[in-house]
Amino acid sequence: MKPLVLNVPDWAALVTAVLVLLGSGLAFTGSLGLLRLSRFYDRMHAPTLGTTLGIGSVLIASMIFFSVMQTRPVLHEILIAAFMVVTTPVTLTLLARAALYRDRIEGNPDVPPMIGKQRRRTPRSD
Amino acid sequence: MATFLAWSILVSQVLLALAMVFASYRVLWGPRAQDRVLGLDTIYVNASIMLLTFGIRTGSSLYFEAALIIALLGFVGTSALAKFLMRGEVIE
Repeated sequence: MKPLVLNVPDWAALVTAVLVLLGSGLAFTGSLGLLRLSRFYDRMHAPTLGTTLGIGSVLIASMIFFSVMQTRPVLHEILIAAFMVVTTPVTLTLLARAALYRDRIEGNPDVPPMIGKQRRRTPRSD
Repeated sequence: MATFLAWSILVSQVLLALAMVFASYRVLWGPRAQDRVLGLDTIYVNASIMLLTFGIRTGSSLYFEAALIIALLGFVGTSALAKFLMRGEVIE
């Protein structure tokens, strides 16, 4: 193992270790859910465990570690955090809408029907 | 306490590598196309977290820029693939 560049005090090393373990454990749990869950719409929400709190706690650990090591505030990890917070809902909404569109085109029975078609059907019944 | 930090970073890197293996199972054998796209997005996020842990381990801030670029490329790639699944072409 390559030796660490470590002139950090004990409390910073402890906090960094706990936060890194928490974040990677959450990312691992999310990917395990991606592997194990049965339907696509169940599988879709599992990796967001890693994209929100997983990468967030690793970023907080990195901020604490580099701030203590360089004895000045190092805050540029906020860039990644803000970027992930903005982009993850956008991409997953696009992907969910694409999957729903494909399922409806195929006539898959276990997706909800379109609301517009239901409204059009009800006046014709009388 | 420094050895505890080193070991916990090693354990977290092993966990992230296992997570990337699980996600690449979905990329390779996912039943449908949207499963493959979701697995690719998960691989991007896990690679970004793993680069951050490498940065903590070596104490250099060079890995931060690589993690930022990987997160950015993951957003662009997943949006383009979702658009492709929806419409059949990326640029209309």
